[in-house]
Amino acid sequence: MTVSEPGTPRAGQPKAGSEMEQVFFLLFSAIAVGAALTVVLARDPVHSALALMVCLLQVAALFILLRSPFLAAVQVFVYVGAVMVLFLFVIMMLDIRQVAIERFLPRGRIPTLLVLGLLALQLVSLLLGSRLVDEAPDRVAEATTVAELGTRLFTHYLLPFEVVSVILLVALVGAIVLVRREGAE
Amino acid sequence: MVPLAWYVTLGAVLFVIGAAGILLRRNVLVVLMCLELMLNAVVINFVAFGHHLDDLRGQVFAIFIITIAAAEVAIALALLVALMRHRKQTLPRVDEINLMRG
Repeated sequence: MTVSEPGTPRAGQPKAGSEMEQVFFLLFSAIAVGAALTVVLARDPVHSALALMVCLLQVAALFILLRSPFLAAVQVFVYVGAVMVLFLFVIMMLDIRQVAIERFLPRGRIPTLLVLGLLALQLVSLLLGSRLVDEAPDRVAEATTVAELGTRLFTHYLLPFEVVSVILLVALVGAIVLVRREGAE
Repeated sequence: MVPLAWYVTLGAVLFVIGAAGILLRRNVLVVLMCLELMLNAVVINFVAFGHHLDDLRGQVFAIFIITIAAAEVAIALALLVALMRHRKQTLPRVDEINLMRG
Protein backbone atom coordinates (compact mmCIF):
# COMPACT_ATOMS: atom_id res chain seq x y z
CA MET A 1 0.00 0.00 0.00
CA THR A 2 1.53 3.27 -1.06
CA VAL A 3 1.53 6.10 1.40
CA SER A 4 0.43 9.28 -0.28
CA GLU A 5 2.68 12.31 -0.37
CA PRO A 6 1.78 14.98 2.18
CA GLY A 7 0.51 17.40 -0.44
CA THR A 8 -1.27 14.93 -2.70
CA PRO A 9 -5.07 15.19 -2.64
CA ARG A 10 -6.68 11.83 -1.99
CA ALA A 11 -9.91 12.71 -3.75
CA GLY A 12 -8.34 12.39 -7.17
CA GLN A 13 -7.51 8.71 -6.69
CA PRO A 14 -7.79 6.81 -9.96
CA LYS A 15 -10.69 4.43 -10.36
CA ALA A 16 -8.38 1.58 -11.34
CA GLY A 17 -6.82 1.52 -7.88
CA SER A 18 -10.19 1.04 -6.26
CA GLU A 19 -11.04 -1.89 -8.51
CA MET A 20 -7.63 -3.37 -7.83
CA GLU A 21 -8.40 -3.13 -4.11
CA GLN A 22 -11.65 -5.02 -4.57
CA VAL A 23 -9.88 -7.74 -6.53
CA PHE A 24 -7.33 -8.07 -3.74
CA PHE A 25 -10.10 -8.14 -1.14
CA LEU A 26 -11.86 -10.96 -2.95
CA LEU A 27 -8.60 -12.89 -3.31
CA PHE A 28 -7.66 -12.55 0.37
CA SER A 29 -11.13 -13.27 1.68
CA ALA A 30 -11.56 -16.32 -0.57
CA ILE A 31 -8.31 -17.79 0.75
CA ALA A 32 -9.29 -16.87 4.31
CA VAL A 33 -12.68 -18.59 4.09
CA GLY A 34 -11.14 -21.66 2.43
CA ALA A 35 -8.51 -21.87 5.15
CA ALA A 36 -11.14 -21.41 7.87
CA LEU A 37 -13.15 -24.30 6.43
CA THR A 38 -9.96 -26.38 6.38
CA VAL A 39 -9.44 -25.60 10.08
CA VAL A 40 -12.86 -27.02 10.87
CA LEU A 41 -12.79 -29.97 8.49
CA ALA A 42 -9.18 -31.20 8.61
CA ARG A 43 -8.58 -34.58 10.23
CA ASP A 44 -5.09 -33.83 11.50
CA PRO A 45 -4.75 -31.02 14.10
CA VAL A 46 -1.44 -30.04 12.48
CA HIS A 47 -3.28 -29.33 9.23
CA SER A 48 -5.83 -27.32 11.20
CA ALA A 49 -3.07 -25.26 12.78
CA LEU A 50 -1.36 -24.59 9.45
CA ALA A 51 -4.68 -23.63 7.84
CA LEU A 52 -5.37 -21.27 10.73
CA MET A 53 -1.97 -19.70 10.13
CA VAL A 54 -2.88 -19.11 6.47
CA CYS A 55 -6.23 -17.63 7.49
CA LEU A 56 -4.66 -15.24 10.00
CA LEU A 57 -2.09 -14.13 7.42
CA GLN A 58 -4.90 -13.29 5.01
CA VAL A 59 -6.60 -11.28 7.72
CA ALA A 60 -3.34 -9.39 8.23
CA ALA A 61 -3.37 -8.61 4.50
CA LEU A 62 -6.93 -7.33 4.87
CA PHE A 63 -5.74 -5.02 7.64
CA ILE A 64 -3.31 -3.48 5.16
CA LEU A 65 -6.23 -2.95 2.76
CA LEU A 66 -7.94 -1.22 5.67
CA ARG A 67 -4.98 1.17 6.02
CA SER A 68 -3.88 -0.27 9.35
CA PRO A 69 -0.31 -1.43 8.70
CA PHE A 70 0.63 -1.46 12.38
CA LEU A 71 -2.23 -3.79 13.20
CA ALA A 72 -1.19 -6.06 10.34
CA ALA A 73 2.30 -6.25 11.82
CA VAL A 74 0.87 -6.98 15.28
CA GLN A 75 -1.32 -9.68 13.79
CA VAL A 76 1.64 -11.37 12.13
CA PHE A 77 3.84 -11.10 15.23
CA VAL A 78 1.33 -12.12 17.87
CA TYR A 79 -0.94 -14.54 16.06
CA VAL A 80 1.15 -16.08 13.32
CA GLY A 81 4.32 -15.80 15.35
CA ALA A 82 3.56 -16.43 19.00
CA VAL A 83 0.12 -18.04 19.23
CA MET A 84 0.48 -20.45 16.34
CA VAL A 85 3.94 -21.53 17.42
CA LEU A 86 2.46 -22.21 20.87
CA PHE A 87 -0.24 -24.34 19.26
CA LEU A 88 2.20 -26.26 17.09
CA PHE A 89 4.49 -26.71 20.08
CA VAL A 90 1.72 -28.25 22.16
CA ILE A 91 0.67 -30.44 19.22
CA MET A 92 4.21 -31.70 18.81
CA MET A 93 4.74 -32.12 22.56
CA LEU A 94 1.59 -34.13 23.16
CA ASP A 95 0.79 -37.16 21.13
CA ILE A 96 -2.62 -36.31 19.79
CA ARG A 97 -2.82 -38.49 16.71
CA GLN A 98 -5.10 -40.89 18.59
CA VAL A 99 -7.95 -38.38 18.60
CA ALA A 100 -7.91 -38.04 14.85
CA ILE A 101 -10.19 -41.03 14.43
CA GLU A 102 -13.45 -39.23 15.09
CA ARG A 103 -13.62 -35.64 13.92
CA PHE A 104 -17.00 -34.51 15.11
CA LEU A 105 -19.08 -34.92 18.23
CA PRO A 106 -21.27 -38.00 17.99
CA ARG A 107 -24.55 -36.42 19.07
CA GLY A 108 -26.57 -33.35 18.24
CA ARG A 109 -25.09 -32.47 14.86
CA ILE A 110 -28.35 -31.59 13.10
CA PRO A 111 -29.69 -29.22 15.81
CA THR A 112 -26.28 -27.54 16.01
CA LEU A 113 -26.21 -26.99 12.27
CA LEU A 114 -29.74 -25.58 12.40
CA VAL A 115 -28.76 -23.14 15.16
CA LEU A 116 -25.68 -22.14 13.20
CA GLY A 117 -27.73 -21.51 10.08
CA LEU A 118 -30.08 -19.34 12.10
CA LEU A 119 -27.10 -17.45 13.54
CA ALA A 120 -25.67 -16.84 10.06
CA LEU A 121 -29.04 -15.65 8.75
CA GLN A 122 -29.47 -13.29 11.68
CA LEU A 123 -25.96 -11.91 11.45
CA VAL A 124 -26.20 -11.18 7.74
CA SER A 125 -29.70 -9.73 7.87
CA LEU A 126 -29.01 -7.55 10.91
CA LEU A 127 -25.61 -6.30 9.76
CA LEU A 128 -26.47 -5.70 6.12
CA GLY A 129 -29.85 -4.24 7.01
CA SER A 130 -28.27 -1.62 9.25
CA ARG A 131 -28.18 1.95 8.03
CA LEU A 132 -24.52 2.39 8.94
CA VAL A 133 -23.31 -0.13 6.40
CA ASP A 134 -24.97 1.58 3.45
CA GLU A 135 -23.61 5.02 4.17
CA ALA A 136 -20.68 5.97 2.02
CA PRO A 137 -17.86 7.57 4.01
CA ASP A 138 -17.51 11.30 3.45
CA ARG A 139 -13.83 10.92 2.77
CA VAL A 140 -11.28 8.18 2.31
CA ALA A 141 -9.48 7.59 5.58
CA GLU A 142 -5.74 8.11 5.58
CA ALA A 143 -3.44 5.36 6.71
CA THR A 144 -3.00 5.73 10.45
CA THR A 145 0.52 6.12 11.68
CA VAL A 146 1.98 4.29 14.63
CA ALA A 147 2.58 7.67 16.29
CA GLU A 148 -1.14 8.53 16.23
CA LEU A 149 -2.07 5.12 17.54
CA GLY A 150 0.54 5.25 20.29
CA THR A 151 -0.51 8.72 21.39
CA ARG A 152 -4.12 7.62 21.61
CA LEU A 153 -3.18 4.45 23.44
CA PHE A 154 -1.06 6.24 26.04
CA THR A 155 -3.45 9.14 26.69
CA HIS A 156 -7.11 8.17 26.31
CA TYR A 157 -6.62 4.47 26.87
CA LEU A 158 -3.85 4.46 29.46
CA LEU A 159 -5.90 2.69 32.14
CA PRO A 160 -7.13 -0.14 29.87
CA PHE A 161 -3.58 -0.47 28.57
CA GLU A 162 -2.22 -0.95 32.08
CA VAL A 163 -5.01 -3.38 32.94
CA VAL A 164 -4.18 -5.42 29.83
CA SER A 165 -0.53 -5.54 30.79
CA VAL A 166 -1.47 -6.80 34.26
CA ILE A 167 -3.71 -9.43 32.63
CA LEU A 168 -0.76 -10.56 30.51
CA LEU A 169 1.38 -10.85 33.63
CA VAL A 170 -1.33 -12.85 35.42
CA ALA A 171 -1.64 -15.14 32.39
CA LEU A 172 2.12 -15.66 32.36
CA VAL A 173 2.26 -16.55 36.05
CA GLY A 174 -0.90 -18.65 35.78
CA ALA A 175 0.45 -20.67 32.86
CA ILE A 176 3.68 -21.39 34.73
CA VAL A 177 1.80 -22.46 37.87
CA LEU A 178 -0.55 -24.68 35.86
CA VAL A 179 2.13 -26.62 34.02
CA ARG A 180 4.46 -26.99 36.99
CA ARG A 181 4.73 -30.60 38.08
CA GLU A 182 3.14 -31.32 41.41
CA GLY A 183 5.64 -32.01 44.14
CA ALA A 184 8.44 -30.17 42.34
CA GLU A 185 8.58 -27.46 44.96
CA MET B 1 -12.52 1.43 -2.05
CA VAL B 2 -13.94 -1.85 -0.80
CA PRO B 3 -17.53 -1.50 0.49
CA LEU B 4 -17.97 -1.93 4.23
CA ALA B 5 -20.64 -4.55 3.62
CA TRP B 6 -18.02 -6.89 2.14
CA TYR B 7 -15.89 -6.75 5.27
CA VAL B 8 -18.93 -7.22 7.50
CA THR B 9 -20.02 -10.23 5.48
CA LEU B 10 -16.54 -11.76 5.63
CA GLY B 11 -16.50 -11.23 9.39
CA ALA B 12 -19.89 -12.92 9.74
CA VAL B 13 -18.83 -15.87 7.57
CA LEU B 14 -15.61 -16.43 9.53
CA PHE B 15 -17.51 -16.08 12.82
CA VAL B 16 -20.05 -18.73 11.84
CA ILE B 17 -17.33 -21.09 10.58
CA GLY B 18 -15.51 -20.68 13.90
CA ALA B 19 -18.72 -21.28 15.85
CA ALA B 20 -19.35 -24.43 13.80
CA GLY B 21 -15.87 -25.68 14.69
CA ILE B 22 -16.38 -25.00 18.39
CA LEU B 23 -19.76 -26.70 18.53
CA LEU B 24 -18.99 -29.69 16.31
CA ARG B 25 -15.34 -30.67 16.67
CA ARG B 26 -14.19 -33.24 19.18
CA ASN B 27 -10.53 -32.30 19.50
CA VAL B 28 -9.84 -29.75 22.23
CA LEU B 29 -6.97 -28.16 20.31
CA VAL B 30 -9.09 -27.60 17.22
CA VAL B 31 -11.82 -26.10 19.39
CA LEU B 32 -9.28 -23.60 20.74
CA MET B 33 -8.15 -22.76 17.21
CA CYS B 34 -11.74 -22.09 16.20
CA LEU B 35 -12.03 -19.76 19.17
CA GLU B 36 -9.13 -17.77 17.74
CA LEU B 37 -10.90 -17.72 14.40
CA MET B 38 -14.02 -16.20 15.97
CA LEU B 39 -12.00 -13.56 17.79
CA ASN B 40 -10.31 -12.65 14.53
CA ALA B 41 -13.64 -12.31 12.77
CA VAL B 42 -14.66 -9.79 15.42
CA VAL B 43 -11.37 -7.93 15.01
CA ILE B 44 -12.04 -7.61 11.27
CA ASN B 45 -15.35 -5.91 12.08
CA PHE B 46 -13.72 -3.53 14.54
CA VAL B 47 -11.02 -2.47 12.08
CA ALA B 48 -13.41 -2.23 9.14
CA PHE B 49 -15.81 0.03 11.04
CA GLY B 50 -12.90 2.05 12.41
CA HIS B 51 -11.67 2.61 8.87
CA HIS B 52 -15.15 3.37 7.60
CA LEU B 53 -15.85 5.98 10.27
CA ASP B 54 -12.25 7.25 10.24
CA ASP B 55 -11.93 6.53 13.96
CA LEU B 56 -8.84 5.21 15.71
CA ARG B 57 -10.85 3.42 18.37
CA GLY B 58 -11.40 0.47 16.08
CA GLN B 59 -7.68 -0.22 15.93
CA VAL B 60 -7.19 0.40 19.66
CA PHE B 61 -9.84 -2.17 20.50
CA ALA B 62 -8.37 -4.57 17.96
CA ILE B 63 -5.00 -4.34 19.73
CA PHE B 64 -6.67 -5.06 23.07
CA ILE B 65 -8.53 -8.04 21.63
CA ILE B 66 -5.36 -9.50 20.14
CA THR B 67 -3.53 -9.12 23.46
CA ILE B 68 -6.31 -10.75 25.47
CA ALA B 69 -6.52 -13.55 22.91
CA ALA B 70 -2.82 -14.25 23.35
CA ALA B 71 -3.22 -14.42 27.14
CA GLU B 72 -6.24 -16.67 26.75
CA VAL B 73 -4.38 -19.10 24.50
CA ALA B 74 -1.48 -19.33 26.94
CA ILE B 75 -3.83 -20.17 29.82
CA ALA B 76 -5.90 -22.59 27.76
CA LEU B 77 -2.89 -24.53 26.53
CA ALA B 78 -1.44 -24.64 30.05
CA LEU B 79 -4.75 -26.04 31.31
CA LEU B 80 -4.68 -28.59 28.52
CA VAL B 81 -1.17 -29.73 29.42
CA ALA B 82 -2.17 -29.98 33.10
CA LEU B 83 -5.24 -32.00 32.10
CA MET B 84 -3.14 -34.34 30.00
CA ARG B 85 -0.86 -34.92 32.95
CA HIS B 86 -3.83 -35.61 35.16
CA ARG B 87 -5.27 -38.08 32.64
CA LYS B 88 -2.02 -39.97 32.10
CA GLN B 89 -0.95 -38.68 28.69
CA THR B 90 -4.09 -39.07 26.65
CA LEU B 91 -5.72 -36.03 25.18
CA PRO B 92 -9.37 -36.18 26.25
CA ARG B 93 -12.15 -35.49 23.79
CA VAL B 94 -14.28 -32.45 24.40
CA ASP B 95 -17.30 -34.52 25.42
CA GLU B 96 -15.20 -36.51 27.90
CA ILE B 97 -14.03 -33.56 29.97
CA ASN B 98 -16.64 -33.63 32.72
CA LEU B 99 -14.56 -33.53 35.88
CA MET B 100 -16.52 -30.53 37.11
CA ARG B 101 -19.85 -32.08 36.12
CA GLY B 102 -20.45 -29.44 33.48
